[in-house]
Amino acid sequence: MNLAEILPPLLPLLVGMPLLLGAAGAAVRKNKLARHIISMGTLSAIFVFSILLVIATRDGTVLAHRVGGWTPVDVGSEGETFEIAIPFVVDALSALVLMIISILGIASVMFAMATHEARARFFHPFVLVLMAGVAGALMTGDIFNLFVFIEVMLLPSYGLIAMMGAKLGAHGARIYVSVNLMASTLLLVGIALVYATAGTVNLAELHGAALEDPAVAIAGGVVLTAISIKAAVVPVHGWLTRTYPMTSPAVTALFSGIHTKVAIYAIYRIYSLLFDGDERFLWVALLVTSATMLIGVLGAIGEKTTRSILVFHMISQIGYILIGVGLFTTLGLTAAIFYLLHHMIVKASLFLSTGAIEETYGTGEIEKLGGMLKREPLIAITFMAAALSLAGLPPFSGFVAKFSIIQATLEETHYWVAAVAVIVSVFTLLSMLKIWTGVFMGEEPKDLQERALTYQERMHGKRYLRVEAQAETPTLTVGPPTSTTMAVLSGEQAVKVPAKLIIPGALLAAVTIFFGLGAEVLMSLSATAAEGLLNPEFYVEAVSGA
Amino acid sequence: MSIAIAVGLLTAAAVYLFMQRGMVRIVLGFILASHAANLMFFAAGNPAYRAVPYIDGAPFEEQADPLPQAFVLTAIVIAFAITMYMVTLAITTTTDDDTENDEESPAKVLYGERR
Repeated sequence: MNLAEILPPLLPLLVGMPLLLGAAGAAVRKNKLARHIISMGTLSAIFVFSILLVIATRDGTVLAHRVGGWTPVDVGSEGETFEIAIPFVVDALSALVLMIISILGIASVMFAMATHEARARFFHPFVLVLMAGVAGALMTGDIFNLFVFIEVMLLPSYGLIAMMGAKLGAHGARIYVSVNLMASTLLLVGIALVYATAGTVNLAELHGAALEDPAVAIAGGVVLTAISIKAAVVPVHGWLTRTYPMTSPAVTALFSGIHTKVAIYAIYRIYSLLFDGDERFLWVALLVTSATMLIGVLGAIGEKTTRSILVFHMISQIGYILIGVGLFTTLGLTAAIFYLLHHMIVKASLFLSTGAIEETYGTGEIEKLGGMLKREPLIAITFMAAALSLAGLPPFSGFVAKFSIIQATLEETHYWVAAVAVIVSVFTLLSMLKIWTGVFMGEEPKDLQERALTYQERMHGKRYLRVEAQAETPTLTVGPPTSTTMAVLSGEQAVKVPAKLIIPGALLAAVTIFFGLGAEVLMSLSATAAEGLLNPEFYVEAVSGA
Repeated sequence: MSIAIAVGLLTAAAVYLFMQRGMVRIVLGFILASHAANLMFFAAGNPAYRAVPYIDGAPFEEQADPLPQAFVLTAIVIAFAITMYMVTLAITTTTDDDTENDEESPAKVLYGERR
């Protein structure tokens, strides 16, 4: 059985399947269980499919399929042809990113099911449409179609961010929608300019167009600027730090691995194809990424809640990932792709482990928490593993990622970039320690238990039995007993993070340890992906031979 | 040239409206901005060809490029959907559509107002 022959015609399924089943999920009115099953089933199917894609592309093979089967038309002069179909192309890079995103999707949805957010009628359908958009954006070989799939990805996110953040007012949603619509409009303008100057929007046909014609290079610059806003690089990062903390932890974790990372993927893909890795503009990328690393981490140090610290870290890490595009060497791209894959997992793990605390104790403010190491040792271990990985310490995947990034910058003699990368690591560790000392070490605040109970009551209504902690005769509010209230009634006097909230984060933390110990496998896959970016000829050949 | 002038005016008006107070004005700005983007697509298809691109219509040499028209048709629907959503955001969140809030750090919004 030859995977490279079987898979290409099935590629549209990756978009069609979640869209159809998402609609099915929305149609199911009362049955929550059916929606859970549809959603988890689809996400697992995408995961399995993406593993098959990784296997099929591991040796540098590029899979391509013309959607609708439209063959190129002959333009008449010297047998030149013009592509008319939208091509779906999968190489090692898109397959790897899709695989990691599906893992994240599964973990975040598990978490959302544990917090009961997933019971909302449209939660699962939104997530599935989001995944359809992601799969489309990763596979498409046409910039206008990329824009459409980015919108397919964004629209359900608008729903999710407002739906889950409704209790906070829609401060986050307004900024999120405005900035993203702004960036999308700019992207649209860029695509119009590309079409006007180059005459096509097919990425394979645009190969090297920006090298030949400065007008196309400017058009490409507009496209890249628009996507950079979506990726939140430093001059345009403020929207992300103001919106991601404004929704529920599950949604933040889901988004952390999706939107900015798909934008980063698009930057890599477009720079590799349209600009053919043009070396004249690399200094711009290096300047922007260094600023992103530094300013992101400085913002993180100044923040006071766990989630807003982590969101600023995201910015800083986006800088690390984009170094690859500033170097555009084999080692640089390999390191950056490894970093991208590692970072998506680690960041989501951190959001989920601190999110579990937020969901249980009702606050993410460092000042109001403390002593979690004793109270929640499992969460502490999960957080510690992911935090050390983020800072780049040896047993975890972050070490391999950072080490090879710094090696790649030194190889290209960009010493100042390497210096920034090392200094930023120190700051990263510092702010991770800030969360660690503030949340996990130290004394437990006296009102922690009371606050947790108040929060649980407000979030889940009066369904909780409640014992007044200090009262001589406990007063009870009647409702179905839960693990929280049972713990209180049995005299343990302790609200605990339930296991179902710990598992998703711990699962991802285990993946980062696995990536760190078995870095060899992922590193060689990243190298294949990097080769694909350095030699886009294979991509172009695959599209024309599909 | 006339398309370039129209795009310029629309963009300038859009940028002005983005900077104004009130969500509805920002939404109006976005409507103008997406008009500008759509006009740019028409310009990209070379507006010198003005005939309707329809089989058995005008001679083939005079027909307009149909691809940008399809692009614009797609972009209009997407922009319409998002505009509707933004208008809803403008009326559902607070008592008015004011966007000039006090300094609102996530920490303050998340945990400040609740107690």
